[in-house]
Amino acid sequence: MSIGLIGRKLGMTQVYNDKGEAICVTVVDVAGNKIVQVKQSAGKDGYSAIQVGFNDQKEKRMTKPALGHFKKHGSTPKTILREFRVGSDEQLPAADAELGAGLFANGQHVDVIGTTKGKGFQGVMKRHNFGGQPATHGHMMHRRSGSIGCRLTPGLVWKNQKMPGHDGVDRRTVQNLTVVQSRPEDGVLLISGAVPGNKGSIVIVRPAKKKPAPAAK
Amino acid sequence: MSSIIAKIEKEQSKSDIPEFRAGDSVKIHTRVVEGDKERIQIFAGIVISRKGSGLNQAFTVRKISYGEGVERVFPLHSPKVAKIEVTKQGRVRRARLHYLRGRKGKSAVMVKEQGAQQGAEQA
Repeated sequence: MSIGLIGRKLGMTQVYNDKGEAICVTVVDVAGNKIVQVKQSAGKDGYSAIQVGFNDQKEKRMTKPALGHFKKHGSTPKTILREFRVGSDEQLPAADAELGAGLFANGQHVDVIGTTKGKGFQGVMKRHNFGGQPATHGHMMHRRSGSIGCRLTPGLVWKNQKMPGHDGVDRRTVQNLTVVQSRPEDGVLLISGAVPGNKGSIVIVRPAKKKPAPAAK
Repeated sequence: MSSIIAKIEKEQSKSDIPEFRAGDSVKIHTRVVEGDKERIQIFAGIVISRKGSGLNQAFTVRKISYGEGVERVFPLHSPKVAKIEVTKQGRVRRARLHYLRGRKGKSAVMVKEQGAQQGAEQA
């Protein structure tokens, strides 16, 4: 079972824990998550999942096919739709179940998926953490990649050779972050540490795949 | 800044912080946990800088302890800082008193008091 939420990164701040230590947190706005469609393996869809919508949109800004989908399932139009698969039909929540920050408990581990900040066209030192060459002592090459292959054997540059190019704007998952505070009343989650993307970018928060949820919930 | 972040920061910040600035002599009551007991320890010295803003604000206190200069940086809103007591207001012309670090003896621990005579002996 891994129902998650769609959220918007609001920014970062810090909170003090009960030991008096400051913990840096990312504030993720998860208000307005709604189950749009429930898919059942027994039915037409053939697999168990829920479709979650986020971010309300004006009706006149939606395309007619998209609007029809929301109308059919009795939901207000949303710009973002994501599916979360669950193990079997029995684990599916009711179609009108509430989704919000309350889905996650304080101290629970989560994975956060987002799109990283765009860096533009970057060289190998920034893009692939190459070492570069010395700045002085007669070196005439400073931030270049160096050799990219051999000679007659193999006589080609291997695929996936790390070279300069566009950096950033990649989908990235940060695993095993802690939910420091879950605040359903504000509709936000405070997640320890950094989360991919700019302020205002869309992120997906799901229970951590590699760390079990706390027993009490 | 988002209004929710502003709200979260307001919850964390203290409202009873006295006004003080670089050059003031202060006593900082810090909470120290030893085993399962908590007690108050006092760190007294001169504020030599304040930096940061909002919830992030911190200040540095310098004192001479057994002939050795000691500096501690306190986050202004930390719950470990139980109380800030201003014992003396200093009159200084800098925001950061890093020049005290190079001084020895009496001149390292004295800052002119607020309202002291202009042209009084350089303390």
